[in-house]
Order: sequence, then C-alpha cells, then structure tokens
Amino acid sequence: MAGLAPTFGRGAMTNHWVDIRNADLIIGMGGNPAEAHPVGFRWVMEAKEHNDARLVVVDPRFTRTAAVADFFAEIRTGTDIAFLGGLISYLIENDHIHHEYVRAYTDASLIVREEFGFEDGLFTGYDAENGEYEMGSWQYEYDEEGHALRDDTLQHPRCVFQLMREHFSRYSLDVVSSVCGTPRDKIQRVWDMAAETARPEKTMTFLYALGWTQHSIGSQIIRTAAIVQLLLGNMGMRGGGVNALRGHSNIQGLTDLGLLSDQLPGYLTLADNDEQEYEQFILDRARPPLVPDEVSYWRHYERFHVSLMKAWFGDAATAENDWCYHWLPKMGEDLYDILHTFERMSHGEINGYFCQGFNALAAFPHKAKVTASLSRLKYLVVIDPLSTETAEFWRNQGEYHDVNPEEIGTEVFRLPTTSFAEEDGSIVNSSRWLQWFWQAAPPPGEARPDAAILAGLFLRLQRLYREEGGAFPDPILNLHWPYRRPDDPSPHELAREYNGWALEDVVDPERNITVRAGEQLEDFGMLRADGSTACGCWVFAGCWTEQGNQMARRDNSDPYGTGQTLGWAWAWPANRRILYNRASARPDGTPWAEHKAVVWWDGQRWVGNDVPDFPEDSTPGANQGPFVMNQTGRGQLFARDRMNEGPFPEHYEPFETPIANNPMHPNSPLAKNNPAARVFEQDRENFGSFEEFPHAATSYRLTEHFHYWTMHNRLNAIAQPEKFVEIGETLAQELGIVKGDRVRVSSKRGHIDAVAVVTKRIRPLQVAGQTVHQVGIPLHWGFMGETKKAHLTNTLTPSVGDANTQTPEYKSFLVRVDKL
Amino acid sequence: MRGEQINSQNIIARSATSVPSPQERDGGIDTVTKLIDVSRCIGCKACQVACSEWNDLRDEVGECVGEYDNPADLSPNTWQVMRFNEYENEQGNLEWLIRKDNCMHCAEPGCREACPAPGAIVQYANGIVDFNSELCIGCGYCVAGCPFDVPRISKKDGKSYKCTLCSDRVFNGLEPACVKSCPTGSIMFGTKKDMLDLAETRTDFLKSRGFDSAGIYDPSGVGGTHVIYVLQHADKPEIYNDLPRDPRISPMVDAWKGVTKPLMSAAIGLAALTGFFHYVTAGPKELSEEDIEAVRADEAREAERKAEREASERNREERS
Amino acid sequence: MTADRQEKGLLRYSGWTRLNHWLVAISFVLLVLSGLPFFHPFFWSLTGLFGGPTMTRILHPYIGLFMTLFFLIMAVSFFKESLLKRHDIQWLKQIRDVLTNRDERLPPVGKNNAGQKLVYWIMLFCVAGLLVTGLLIWQPYFADAVSITLRRLASMGHAYIAFLAITTLIIHIYSGIWVKGSFQAMIRGHVSKAWAKHHHGLWYEEEMKKEHRRGEIERQHTSSQPRGLE
Repeated sequence: MAGLAPTFGRGAMTNHWVDIRNADLIIGMGGNPAEAHPVGFRWVMEAKEHNDARLVVVDPRFTRTAAVADFFAEIRTGTDIAFLGGLISYLIENDHIHHEYVRAYTDASLIVREEFGFEDGLFTGYDAENGEYEMGSWQYEYDEEGHALRDDTLQHPRCVFQLMREHFSRYSLDVVSSVCGTPRDKIQRVWDMAAETARPEKTMTFLYALGWTQHSIGSQIIRTAAIVQLLLGNMGMRGGGVNALRGHSNIQGLTDLGLLSDQLPGYLTLADNDEQEYEQFILDRARPPLVPDEVSYWRHYERFHVSLMKAWFGDAATAENDWCYHWLPKMGEDLYDILHTFERMSHGEINGYFCQGFNALAAFPHKAKVTASLSRLKYLVVIDPLSTETAEFWRNQGEYHDVNPEEIGTEVFRLPTTSFAEEDGSIVNSSRWLQWFWQAAPPPGEARPDAAILAGLFLRLQRLYREEGGAFPDPILNLHWPYRRPDDPSPHELAREYNGWALEDVVDPERNITVRAGEQLEDFGMLRADGSTACGCWVFAGCWTEQGNQMARRDNSDPYGTGQTLGWAWAWPANRRILYNRASARPDGTPWAEHKAVVWWDGQRWVGNDVPDFPEDSTPGANQGPFVMNQTGRGQLFARDRMNEGPFPEHYEPFETPIANNPMHPNSPLAKNNPAARVFEQDRENFGSFEEFPHAATSYRLTEHFHYWTMHNRLNAIAQPEKFVEIGETLAQELGIVKGDRVRVSSKRGHIDAVAVVTKRIRPLQVAGQTVHQVGIPLHWGFMGETKKAHLTNTLTPSVGDANTQTPEYKSFLVRVDKL
Repeated sequence: MRGEQINSQNIIARSATSVPSPQERDGGIDTVTKLIDVSRCIGCKACQVACSEWNDLRDEVGECVGEYDNPADLSPNTWQVMRFNEYENEQGNLEWLIRKDNCMHCAEPGCREACPAPGAIVQYANGIVDFNSELCIGCGYCVAGCPFDVPRISKKDGKSYKCTLCSDRVFNGLEPACVKSCPTGSIMFGTKKDMLDLAETRTDFLKSRGFDSAGIYDPSGVGGTHVIYVLQHADKPEIYNDLPRDPRISPMVDAWKGVTKPLMSAAIGLAALTGFFHYVTAGPKELSEEDIEAVRADEAREAERKAEREASERNREERS
Repeated sequence: MTADRQEKGLLRYSGWTRLNHWLVAISFVLLVLSGLPFFHPFFWSLTGLFGGPTMTRILHPYIGLFMTLFFLIMAVSFFKESLLKRHDIQWLKQIRDVLTNRDERLPPVGKNNAGQKLVYWIMLFCVAGLLVTGLLIWQPYFADAVSITLRRLASMGHAYIAFLAITTLIIHIYSGIWVKGSFQAMIRGHVSKAWAKHHHGLWYEEEMKKEHRRGEIERQHTSSQPRGLE
C-alpha cells in the first residue's frame, strides 16, 4: 500500500477483482492468489478462458497459482526489485513503453533538482548515524510559483525519465539473473510477455499480496511494479493496474478507517509532535498542485478533517478551538507499529496491552521476544472470538511453548467477541467494495460485538473521568456519542456516521442548497470545512445516502459487459470501480482502445461504463492529469520525498540474506540492506548469518487454512492437519530427508519441528555464483485448536520491518534444516 | 435435464436383480455429468469441504504424510480427495497435476455388477449410481468390483459409502455441492452431451496452449462415465495418480459375477435333478439275495467251525 | 454276545465320527444356504433363514470357521483310509457299472470306495480353498488389508470352489440316498454284514478276519481259565 499512494495517489487496489478478467497478461508475483484468494482467483481463470490471457507466476515456489499458469519462473525471495528493475530498463532500452501515455500521464518530463544523486547504493542526504535520509534533494526543480519545471521531449538530463533510465540501467539481464537466481531465458520470457502490453490495446495486471509487502523493502517492490505499469500505460485501463490482494476479508476496511498508529480515517494523518499549529498542520497536507491547474484533490484536506472532527466531537468542535485539533494526540515517533510496541514492552515501558483482532503471539515475528514482552505486562486483554495462543501465552504447552507460568505475572482477561457471521455490517474487500452483510447466526454465550466491548470500556472511562477527574479529560468527556444504545452502537449507526450528514444546509457557489441539515451526504464533494458537515470517514461518503444503504445493493447487471456492475454494493471513492480511469482515454478524451474503454469525453462531460475518477466536466483541452490525488496530476515515477529509502526503488538484500553482500553494491556495506530500515539493537543481535543458517526461508499461507483461526475448525483441520515445511528435492537429498520425515528448522531465534514435504516445486538457485536453497514454511498451526499441536512458525522470523510501514520481514530469513 | 423427483421409477437398474427395472420413463431424460477440468484445478479443496458439509461427513483429523493430500485417501467419511502429482513434462517443465478423485458414476458400474444385495446399488435414469444403505449388507463386493477403487466400508456400521453425485441435490434441481463450491470453474455440471461439448472446447483451448495430447477421459470400457475429466495429457492418464488407462470391470469380476453366475446355479440344480433321474432310471443300489446268502453261508460256516472246535475241546476235556 | 453282534452287524462309524460328520454336514448345509444368496439373487430369499441379509453376511464366515475346525478333525481321522489304492483305480474305470448298479462286476473295495475317497480329497481341497479365499474377503476384518486384485481373485475363487463343493455335496448326499443302507450307517453306525460284503468286500473280509481272530482269542481265554483253576 505504501508503494501505491506515493505513485498513484491512493493506497488501494487500483482495479477490482472482476476486472482481472479483462487482462491480457496477469503476473502473479509476491502473491499466490490461487492459494490465498481462491474465490477471487476465478477472474484470473475467466481471463484465461474468455480473454485468451496468459498467466505468469514468478515465485520462490511453484505454487498452486503456478499449477494453472502458462509460465512459471522461480526467483529468490526478496529480489523482486531486481527482477522488475531489470524489466524497467529492458522496456526503456528496447522501446517497449507507451510513449504518449508516459509523456502525458506521468511525471517523466518533470525536472529534478541538481543536488539529487545516487552513489554506492545510497541516495543523497543519507545520515549513516541515524539510518535516515534527509530528503531535501528529492524534489523537482520549481519555478517562482512553485510549479515544477518540465521538458516534454524527455531529453533533459535531469528529467525524471532520464534519471530513471540511468538508475535502472544497472539492472541488466545478467545482473538480474545473478541476483534473483532466475535462469536468464525465463527472465527474458517474462520481460518479453510484459513488453507486449505496451501496446494500447493490451493490458497487464500485477496481482500481489504479502509476498511483496512483508519484506524490509516491501513498499519499494510495489513501487517498482507501479513504475512498470506506468511505462506500459496499463494504469486506469480495463485489465490493468497494480492490484493488492488483501488477505483478511476486511483488512482494506481497516486501512480505510485508519487503524494504524499514524492515521485517521480516510487516509488523513495524525500530527507529529512538532506540528502544534493547526493552520500549518492543514497547510502541510492540503497539497497545492505542482503543475499548473491540476486537480490535486488533497487541496481539500481541511474539509475532510473538519468534518471528521465534527463527527467525533460534535458541537464541541468549533472554528474557535481549531476544531479540537489540540485534543488529538501528536506523534512522538514516526510510527507506533507492532515492532516498536513490543520493543518497548520488552523493556518494561508498556504495562497494559489490548490485543483485539490479532493473535500477537502467533502472528508477530520472533516469538521468543513476544513471549518475553507479554510476560512483562501487568495485564493483557485479549478480545477475540476464539481461544488464541496469545491468551494462553502464560501456559506451558510442553515443547511447543515452554514457559514457566510461575514466572509470569501478567493477568490475562479474555473478552469473547462475535465473529463476522454473527453481526450485521460491511466488509471492504480488495476491490474497495463495501458489501453489507447480514447476521447469519446468533453469537454464542457471552460473546459481544467488538463495538459494544469498546463502547462499554469507553463509557466506564468517561464516567471515571467525569466523577473523579484526571489529566486532560476534554477529549473523553466531549466525545460525541449519539448512539441509540450507548453501550452497543449498531453497525447501521456507525455506517451512517462514516458516510456523514449535513449539520446545516449546505449550499453550492450558486447558493443552491445541495443538502439540507440532517440529511445524509451524497458524496464527499458536499463536505465543507466550515463545520456544516460531519463525516466519519470521507472516502466512505456515499455509502449510506438519503437513498439508503448503498452497500446493501445487489444488482449485478453489467450493461456494458465490462464487469463493472455499478449497482453491486458500493465502492469507495464515489462508487468508482477502476481508479484513475481517466487514463483509459487519450489526452483528447477518446479511448486508447475501444475494447479497453472505461470512460471517455462525449463533448459535454466524461461518461462511460464506470464512474469517472475525474472532474466530470474537465474538458480534454484543460489537460488535467488523471491521477487527481497527486500534486502533479500524474503518475509519479519519481516518488519525491514520499518514500523513506529513496525516490527510485533500489535492490537491497533481506536483513538475513543467504549471500555475503548485495551484488548490486558489493563494496558498500551501508547499502547491503535497506539503509532506511529501523532496526532495534536487540533485534540486530538476533539476526543469523548464512554461515550458520544457510537456507533462505519464506513463510506463507495455505488455502486450507486462514491464519490461526481455522485450526479451530474440524473441516479445515481435516484438510490440512499437521505442520509441515517444504524442501526441494536436491536439498532433501543432501540432508538425507525423505517425504514424511520429521525435521527441525532452526533460525537464530528458535526452532520448529515439522513434517517434511519434499518437492520438485522448489529448485536450488544459482545466486551470485553460489547455490541457494529455499525452504518454504507455512505459517499455520499452533498449540490451540483441532489440528495437531505444533510450534508457531513465527518462532523463526526476524523482528525487522519495511522502512515505511514497518511490516515485518516474514518472507525472507535464514534457517537451517536438520533431520530429526 | 429436468428436475427429477425421487421416485422408484427413476431407478432403471439395480444390483443383483435379473428382471428389468422400470424402463419406460425415459422420455426427455438426459443423463447428467460432472465435468472436472484438471487444467483449471488449483487444489483448494473447497469441493472436498463442501462435500463434507453437504453430506454431514466429518473424518478424523489425520496427519501430514509429506504431501498436500489430506485426507490421504477416500474413506467412509471422505467421499472425495484431491490427489497432487508433481510431473516433469517432456520439455523438462514442472506441472502440478491436481485431480479430484471420487466415484466416476460408470454407465456400466463394476460395483453394481459385483453387489449381491438386490437394490443396494441403483442406477437412476439420470445416470447417477447410488448406494442404498438400507439394503447394503456390507459384504465389500462393490470394493472388489469397482475399477477405480472408490467404495469404502465403514467400520462403524459395515455399510459401503461413496460419492452420491449429490443425488438428493440433483433431484431437486441443484448442482452437486462440489460443483457449487468450485471457485475456478474447474468442476462443471450438466447433461452429458453438454459436458462433452464443453470438454471439447476445453480440449481445443488446451491444445492451443501447447498441450497437444489434451483430451477427455470418458472411458468406454465401463460404458462411459458420468464424471468425466479434461486432462492435459490424456495419453498418460496414469500420471494423474494412477488414473486407469483403460478401466473396465475386471475379467475376474466377470468370471465371478457374469454369465457363470446363472450357469453355475443351473449346474447345481442340474446336479440335483440328475441324481433324481438317475434314481428313477437306475434305481437304488441295494443288496442282492446272493450277498445275504453268502453272508449267511459264511456265518454258518463259522458257526460250524466253532461248534466243531468246541466239540473237540469238550472231547479232550472228557478224555483227560 | 455273539447274537448281539450278529444283530447289529458291523460297526462302520463310531459315535464320535458320526457326531463329527453331522456337525460338519449341518454347518456345510448352512454355509451353502447362507452363501448361495451372495452368489445369485435367485437364492436371496434364503437370507430369511438367517435373520436377514446383513445377518446372513455376518454369520456365514463364522459358520465357515466352525465347519473348518470340525472338518479338520474329521479329515485327520479319515486320512489313512482315504488314500487311493490300485483296486480303486479299477473301480473308477468301471464307473459305468457302478452307476448302472452292475455291482457284481466291480472289484471288491475297502472301507471306502474310490468315489468316497474322491469326495474326501475334493472336500479337503475345497474347505482349504474356501477358508483362505474367505478370509481374504472377510469384511470388516481382513479385506481392507488385501489388495483389490487379490480380493477379486479370492472372490472369484471362493465362488468357483463353492460351486465345486456344492456339486460334490449333492453327489455325496445323493450317494447316501442311492446306496441303500449307507445313510443308516452314518445315523446308526452299524451296517449289516451283507451290506458290507456287497459294497466293501475287502473291508468285510477284513472285519470277518478280525471277528474270527476275536473268536479265537475269546475261546483260548475262556478255555485256559478253568485249566488254570484246576
């Protein structure tokens, strides 16, 4: 996600599940959709069947997706930037780019500052001491009005296009093959297939998931794919896009609602400690266009922010008190992510922990550290429908979890919640569709909805503050709580609040009333920064209007045969199904290809088979760019200061790499791993070396299970009952292991025992002159549930994350395999 | 195919039954077929779970045997399993062939031929081969009769179990549960003709993608089946976890249950009759008067000798 | 005493032998009745004799085991007298004479004629065969551990051997009816000397010699005793 927003403007799947059927080429890389998204994968099969599409899989393992692919190429885990960087270079050097698209719809022509540079694997501005960049040089050259200079011929040596060309020129076929371990002919074949989609009538889609995000360079891998798609002109097109396949059914909703430590709902952000002034806070976020007359929709940031504050604090939020800005917490750290939290917990700096919707012990890396950290808490509250390993972390489970309960003082509270099928509500899928669903069964026993549990907690806290006072009571005492049953806010009430309503009559510039006080908003265009509207999540505006619950719509008619089904549920933003769809048409407003058309200019306005992701009346002559969230209006080949490790992606090795150095920069130790990654001291000490742990391991999910939940379900347990690891035939032979043997897989941080699945599907790779074996470790199975008891996979994984999101590096680490 | 109601007149053939089952209500009935396109299968096991869900089956939680196959085999509680095969093709490329293994619903079912219990195995007009557990006696002959090694005998109740092709659903106009659940459209359901047409299309598609030997698996040795496969390598069915190349009812089963069955029964009757007629014609084997006379003579002679000896002994005693 | 023996004729089958035979015979018939339904549906109604089809399936193998046990005992005791002799071959060559009751032309035979001996050997083969094949297809105990091919072979073998056994049984029973006096022999144990002489000349001779010797011993015994007392 963090790779998409800096490129396209929004951090979400750009197209949608059904649209995959419109693709001509589907690259499954950094994901295993057949395995992890089997239901959505039907659209890949549709594309193959009915659109004569080819499916290519690039993966460390020959996966279930590869089983139905037209072509498979093996790759060393964590080297996707090299693979795709090489593709970028190949496309440019062999003229397989969509020239008109690149010129008009990307920032290729913008000119970058002279100070910007890249040397020895580092961009300018690196502060080796703090492991951070000073990003001042990562900017365009601006004129007096703050507009970027440009050269539409793309010949200027410092235009983005030329800089990018130079940057990726190092990724030759030989270099890529040596880094990735992929045979040259296979790389070439994939590149050739991708290159064909530079033609306007052909589109390619990338399907990725956690195989890209869960690396220390995860966001930059996604960035690389995004650049490829811009060069090929595949963004905004039917069957194109960079499509993040979300793993949990509602994880997109989690992101949309801002359940990250630095976020507010709708991708609004919290202020840092040094942002004490409201005006400046807004100014920094209401980004002006960097190219004249562009939409740069974040200009309206204050409308979203003020409406959110009105939803939260009601009448207490006024212009006079800066809409309660000062009640919002300010960030003392870049991110209070899980790695950061457990680091602090391990030092005893946190003494209470609410664990809701997470099985921290099983799901977080370096289980030993998680166990030690939880053991230092005074109390742990686990809010979950199931009896999780986390709630049982204090109990000795024999060899699978060997702790001494006498030494653990943590008091554990378990609050049972309803599961998704036991309540009404909406789930946001990867396609950004908010689909309303209905309770299928009553919850068992004392289980209560999560919202009710939190409401109960809030009301008790509020009462304590009211009765006994305390430090800084205002935000709690003044929180707007308009629910019919305060201790159990209904999903319907919450959904209406997210959509937002008018507090006063709202008028347009012609003084026509667009929405009356008390009415639900039609879309986020109605939001106002003067306190006359309230909206809990501005991107959701339109989901529950005066016409009712739009998410509950179930009209699957598809009049254009394009798969857009605009009457099915509701997609944010504004029911648009394909993001940036203005780019499906030429600058003059006609589609690049009739059979790929999404929206077009009919002489008066933009029309089409989707809701235009563009101002409806912006004439082609106005030359506004299709990426309306971006300040340039264009797709960002150059990420400017939005990515922590640099404006262009660069390959860095995983923190635990099976080779001695980064083949891209063998003589630059600082550029071995992601230079901007945050590594805690005790975690660094727990990294293993390839001398001791020679095999590259990667963890993943299986179709038969959903994380650690389905261990509790008999049918899932039957389908995959016992922990196993996958080992290639060659390595198995070397170690004398045959299928069905029990093996021990160890990393610097611990070991797990499992059954060996010996397979042809994992092949040894030739990397930088040496043989690298990869070991596949499914993450399922623990010591709870119906399946056979097992060690938790995350016993093995390292505690280090992506430099932007701090998503842990679950996909690349080092292990040793021993036969038991 | 029309929605059919469960009706004994739908049963057009039954096990261990020499007289014809109802044959007249065949107007407008197309046989049904499940088409499994192996080339589209991702082995997700949704069908397996759907099967268990619909049929209320819960097998034991087993163990990993070093493969993705789980459960590792069919059982009375598992009516279908996914079988995973890693195959290196002629070009040296790896293929992961995943075959859904379940009852094939043969037009000429070996189980039915072998079954001794009248009506325990039936064939409906729509082609489904079903087990009637009411009548099943648990002898296991169906296991020996099946060319695909499908039926399994329960340890709990001694009954034989296998896929019913969701006959209950089909009779009510629904597709089998596995078909309903398949996310990739790898399992399809319809009339046999439609499925063969569809399979043809799929085969052509595969050929266009370089699978020159793609083909349909609808083995004629068992009269065709109501579960058919599209295989990428129809010339090598054995690579799909030993799918039989040319399945037919084993000659041993034929020799056991075929024409020999009435012939030998007749022979047994004939043997009894032969005896009877022999008795009538040749008469009983009786003793002749001569035998009795001879024995009497023997006895007389013996008695005589005895008397002589006794007399001489008496004389000797007297003399002494 | 002498008169007694004369009345009874010769002892052909002891009490134990008769009991054993009838245990085997009855279980054999039960096996036929319970097995035939699985052979051909024509015989299906026979399952009614055993409490229904499933019960018939369950009982059949146990009756089989029971019969096998007693058959084994019988086979051991009959072994010696069932060995084929030269005169048996001659007897067999004249089977037409046997069937047409021209017994006077037949050579005298021992305790068992060649037909009886053949029944012994055929049944010995059949019971062994039925035991082995039966075990291989016995649900739910052994069948699951046996390969399908072997199960098919065993099922077929079981049927064929049973056919042979049943046919032999029919001949055996018919012979008992046809040869007057033999059924009685197995019921009462004794045969008349005439019967013995007619059907089993050599055996009769043997028995007569034995009787003669017995007479001699008895005589010596009774005559020497008074002498000793003198």
